[in-house]
Amino acid sequence: MIGALLSSPALASIGGAIEFIFAPQDSSVTGGRQVGGFDQVVELTLSQLELTLLALGLSLLVALPLGLYLGHRGTGELFAVVLGNVGRAIPELALIAFMAAAIGVGVLNLTIALAVLGVPPILANTFVGIHQVDRATVDAARGMGMTEFEILRKVEIPLAVPTLFAGVRGATIAIVATATIAPLAGVESLGDFILGENVYGSNGVLAGAIVVALLALTLEFAFAGLQRLLTSPGLKLRSA
Amino acid sequence: MRIKTTRLWGALLLALALTLGVAACGSDDDDGGATTESDGGGGAIVSNPDNGKVSLTIGSKNFPEQEILGEIYAQALAAAGYKVKSDLNLGSETVARKAVKTGEISGYPEYASTALTSFFGKEPEEVPADAQGAWEEANAEFEKEGLTAFEPTPFASANAVGTTTETAEKYDLETVSDLEGVSEELSLYGSPECPQRIDCKAGLEELYGLKFKEFKSVDIGLRYTVLENGQADLSILFTTDPQLSAEKDKFVILEDDKEVFPAGNVIFVTEKSVAEEAGPDYEETILQVQEGLDLAVMQELDARVELEKQTPKEAAASYLKSAGYTG
Amino acid sequence: MTDPSLVAAVGEVGEGFFKERSSDTLPCQATDALFCWDWARENIDRYGTPTVQHLELVVISVVLGFAVAFALALLAHRRRWLQPPLLAATGVLYTIPSIAFFFLLLPVTGRGRDTAIIALSAYTLQIIYRNTVIGLANVPSSVKEAARGMGLTERQILWKVEVPLARPEIFAGLQIATVSTVAIATLAVFAGGGGLGAPIKAAINFKTNIIIAGSIAILMAVAFGLALVTAQRLLTPWKRAETT
Repeated sequence: MIGALLSSPALASIGGAIEFIFAPQDSSVTGGRQVGGFDQVVELTLSQLELTLLALGLSLLVALPLGLYLGHRGTGELFAVVLGNVGRAIPELALIAFMAAAIGVGVLNLTIALAVLGVPPILANTFVGIHQVDRATVDAARGMGMTEFEILRKVEIPLAVPTLFAGVRGATIAIVATATIAPLAGVESLGDFILGENVYGSNGVLAGAIVVALLALTLEFAFAGLQRLLTSPGLKLRSA
Repeated sequence: MRIKTTRLWGALLLALALTLGVAACGSDDDDGGATTESDGGGGAIVSNPDNGKVSLTIGSKNFPEQEILGEIYAQALAAAGYKVKSDLNLGSETVARKAVKTGEISGYPEYASTALTSFFGKEPEEVPADAQGAWEEANAEFEKEGLTAFEPTPFASANAVGTTTETAEKYDLETVSDLEGVSEELSLYGSPECPQRIDCKAGLEELYGLKFKEFKSVDIGLRYTVLENGQADLSILFTTDPQLSAEKDKFVILEDDKEVFPAGNVIFVTEKSVAEEAGPDYEETILQVQEGLDLAVMQELDARVELEKQTPKEAAASYLKSAGYTG
Repeated sequence: MTDPSLVAAVGEVGEGFFKERSSDTLPCQATDALFCWDWARENIDRYGTPTVQHLELVVISVVLGFAVAFALALLAHRRRWLQPPLLAATGVLYTIPSIAFFFLLLPVTGRGRDTAIIALSAYTLQIIYRNTVIGLANVPSSVKEAARGMGLTERQILWKVEVPLARPEIFAGLQIATVSTVAIATLAVFAGGGGLGAPIKAAINFKTNIIIAGSIAILMAVAFGLALVTAQRLLTPWKRAETT
């Protein structure tokens, strides 16, 4: 396999893909129009990013408050855990297809469908993160006179940051991955390149795959950085 | 009850091995795999024992009409005595053609117009209007790559701009040119490639001078769904679609007066070397079995698969039987 | 050779081949009904081969992923310095969307099941690797000391003490990996790898079809999850004594 990797066809493909990302290419089906190039790559990347962030936002809106509430109260553990497991089991293609056939296509519908993928990991991890905070610590805080909300805000959430973020990052990965096939359901994304070999050629397909991978990795790094920022110094001293 | 560790690991591995074994056995039986052998009893296609040494894999592109054609050819060739496997639903034309070149499949049915515009860079207006002319031009190009295309089917299919009967009445639309001045208020839905293709939206923009309110990409399978649920004003349809006759009170296509959408008859594309190795029955069987495929028959077959949700295999089998090819 | 007397009749379909259809006489499966029970009953066997393909994809990918991740974890267990880079590497493979991975592999491994399996295995690496490392690290040093005291070699300690005690975490990782793989394998159709995504994509507007194929996938995931949880319980008898 290393031999195949280093052999010229594979390397030439990567070269072709990089060329596609930065400079418009000819295509046999467009009647003269060129395709690809930096502008189009950026356009599709931004479209996929927008969809991802919208879906993530909706997921957080729904799952975060619920997870915090249930985790703090300590109820609904079975619900949160089962939802987390079942959420992982949702077949992405079936979800998108069903949404398209039953409700419709487009940004709004797709945002809701992708949020269905994002809610379970965020809810489950938020619950577990908050719930696992040492009871003694919480009791001490209560003893100090903090309100329930203050306990959540000043004690439980900071301690739960790593677990919380694990949920958000998991949700993001699932959402970005599924947003790649958004062109089948009314929203343009980098999947246009990947699924459009007739128009964009094998260079375009590879370029699309590379940029999607980079997009996912960038989001991952961004959240990792955000997590580091939000983790209180005291926590950072503990090994992860 | 204490269970010995090693025995448990052994049991787990055995269970995994069994699962794999069952799964492997299960997938050996047909569908996506071998078409059942026919001894050609009673039908016009006669099984030639010499063909039994040749293994063929018939592919197709990824929508129902293509799958039906693939199945028709696959079953016919099996009846002629070949060892046939089908590998349908490969993807769009570029994927299918690559599969022929790499030897993944022996051949697949392509539309002459698609071959000319998509592979060989011809403009839609350069595509010959007659089936023979289009085939000859496409074949000449294919031969340069070591491929060959068999002669065309009687029926042809083309893309078309379609809409609901209400929309057509509301804006008084009969031809695509009627969309001038109106299309700015209308949304167009098509496959993800449509905006770039000269035989799709790009052609509508350049050759008809049309601008649309918006374009949304959807999987081809949703082309009627989006019209029905009111999301799309216009949708790219195919002239052979069964919905156009079965639900003619709901859907209508606009006449392509400026000929942006060339009609394509189906030509079977294969490698020259494969054709030579397979012997004369390969081409003869395919040409013979497609003689019955006129527009009405193709639409009926499309209706069975797309509307009644029969499998392409069943539809193909009933066509071959009814037309007397198989017993 | 064709019998000449048949030539004229051949090529023309018989009477009764064509069917009159109109909007109001269409069968359930041609409408946009939510679920067509009769059609489902009669056509459920269509989903046999895709289901088997899907099972193959999942089992092979998870076994492969487990083998690699477990080996890496054992490697990193003794050599601490390997842990961050391995975590990062498996993390990258986890973050890259499977569809993108399919097409990144395409120039090297071509279309088909193998490409899908490699991508799906890569996705499972991080969770199995990380859980195994954590599981092994969580073994109390007192237990290891006791074992050393009893005269066990390091290798024996690893296999007879550490790995068994790490089983809960290892199984947890295996369970998460398997359930996720069942879901993601629906996308294998884009790599030409078959699976339950194939019938979905072939009739993407047919709700009954999506519901059947999707339900099979969900059931498969749940079944695997339960099976692994049960296996975990069976393989950690000392935990059964504890109250949850």
